[in-house]
Amino acid sequence: MVNYIVRRLLQLIPVLFGITFLTFMLIHFIPGDPVTVILGEHASPERAAELREQLGLNDPLYKQYLKFLNNLLHGDLGRSIITHEKVLKELATFFPATVELTLAAMFIATVVGIAAGVVAAVKQYSWFDNLSMLGALTGVSMPIFWLGLMLIYLFAQVLGWLPPSARLSIEYSVPTVTNLYLIDTLLAGNWAAFKDALAHLILPALALGTIPMSIIARMTRSSMLEVLRQDYIRTARAKGLGEAMVILKHALKNAFLPVLTVIGLQFGYLLGGAVMTETVFSWPGVGRYIYQAIMARDFPVVQGSITIIALIFVLINLIVDILYTVIDPRIRYQ
Amino acid sequence: MGKFWEKDWIKRLLKNKAAVVGLIIVLLLSFTAIFAPVLAPYDPIKDGSLQNRLKAPSSEHLLGTDKLGRDILSRIIFGARISVEIGVISVGLALIVGTLMGLTAGYYGGFLDSILMRIVDIILAFPSILLAIAITSVLGPSLNNAMIAVGIVMVPSFARVVRSTVLSLKEMEFVEAARAVGANDFTILFRHILPNSMAPIIVQGTMNIGTAILDAAGLSFLGLGAQPPTPEWGAMLVDARELLVKAPWVAFFPGLAIMLTVLGFNLLGDGLRDALDPRLKQ
Repeated sequence: MVNYIVRRLLQLIPVLFGITFLTFMLIHFIPGDPVTVILGEHASPERAAELREQLGLNDPLYKQYLKFLNNLLHGDLGRSIITHEKVLKELATFFPATVELTLAAMFIATVVGIAAGVVAAVKQYSWFDNLSMLGALTGVSMPIFWLGLMLIYLFAQVLGWLPPSARLSIEYSVPTVTNLYLIDTLLAGNWAAFKDALAHLILPALALGTIPMSIIARMTRSSMLEVLRQDYIRTARAKGLGEAMVILKHALKNAFLPVLTVIGLQFGYLLGGAVMTETVFSWPGVGRYIYQAIMARDFPVVQGSITIIALIFVLINLIVDILYTVIDPRIRYQ
Repeated sequence: MGKFWEKDWIKRLLKNKAAVVGLIIVLLLSFTAIFAPVLAPYDPIKDGSLQNRLKAPSSEHLLGTDKLGRDILSRIIFGARISVEIGVISVGLALIVGTLMGLTAGYYGGFLDSILMRIVDIILAFPSILLAIAITSVLGPSLNNAMIAVGIVMVPSFARVVRSTVLSLKEMEFVEAARAVGANDFTILFRHILPNSMAPIIVQGTMNIGTAILDAAGLSFLGLGAQPPTPEWGAMLVDARELLVKAPWVAFFPGLAIMLTVLGFNLLGDGLRDALDPRLKQ
């Protein structure tokens, strides 16, 4: 187990260099002079020189990269050109909102996806199977921002059941502890604010969670169908176990590994999809922060945020890989 | 996988109802794209009159009009051209680069393989839409740059599929035979291995067209892809949020067009995979 983890960590080194090099190079891929692109053609020469210095563009390329790496290792992602705040500090402010949204989306996706996939497999070719798989295929074909707009239209504007944007209504204020509003409202014992935060979370989480939900449902179904044909399932039934026990304990447990792979991979998608979802729902998270930075051509912010997200994505994938070996010890010996 | 020039797979494909639905959608899209100038009742670009702004769907404007008074149906019809263009160009780009990478990595192995596959790993280390956003934000917002960005993020999928096919094919006897009669690497790769790798490439390509259209629409929605007044479906949704209450049709129809198109390619891609590789279906 330890050997496996060490090997995976070693394999990560070239990838980490690649990620940092690619994000470092982003600013150098800007056609023309990055300073002119960022400041516009009418900026004063002093301001241009100042920005050139701030971005470190006066040094040779290898020095710039080494400096970028050194800063990164010291938690310094540079400063926003617009707000002049440290990028890492701003990211830390916006990150909890994205974590809350992503976890909620993953929760909906996993619970509904696995349940639908299991029922579809058990009742193969039934109307439920056909309908849920058609739904899953439609789900993966939908533009996430359009789904968001449609959800806002139906549930916020026509029915008026849920709020269309933001994380909390203005009348509530919650003392910040974790910056995850569902937890903070509970810690404050403010039940009304909790319900309000939950209501704000549902639509964006549903929009963001639909694609992973569809993929998880499809994967669970096909994985379950394969397992349900195995001899040990027949044995479990033959020894008189109840159907629920056979499906949940014997089948689902063994069908779970490929599903876990998909769940792990979807986290990366969620971090990317958050840009669309947060933009549509005015959700004050990292996604919207990146979007606003792009619109303002605030490249240090874009560069820093994308580096951090890629690093998190790689880390999540590593954790998922290690989790496999816990669930399925055979993998360690491959 | 079966060989794509053997006709059996066509029979299998046409027996699959979902795949046929997908095929019909794709054919309809192609037809609309080709005959857009004939099919569209109005000019898709020119602003309509003041009185014509934000008209609800009616017999005159079947899908309503947008805030500049342009006929939404006509814009969707012309948008089909752009979607086809996005699909063909970005997937074509990814297919050429990815296939060359996969062929080289799989055939030569060793150091070259390690380098190419690490590049693939690095691209895959980024959430794909985020990488596409980063690339377009750097290159500058335009439809062409969006297609390049979407193409780049799809390169790994082709490189991996082709590499794994080459790894198994290069051990086959027909490759050994070609080598024995003195064929050089180029001939072996492009005349013997590549034609036999076409089935997985076609399946991957079909599936990726849907994803490419979806991602490019997303970039346009964020203002990084097609620019106004281009009737690209994602770009048509840019102002839709503000107009949701007043004119929901402005948001509804372009999104529906994207969804149906992507669904079509996904259904066809699924069907092609099952038809070309019957083992997968079992």
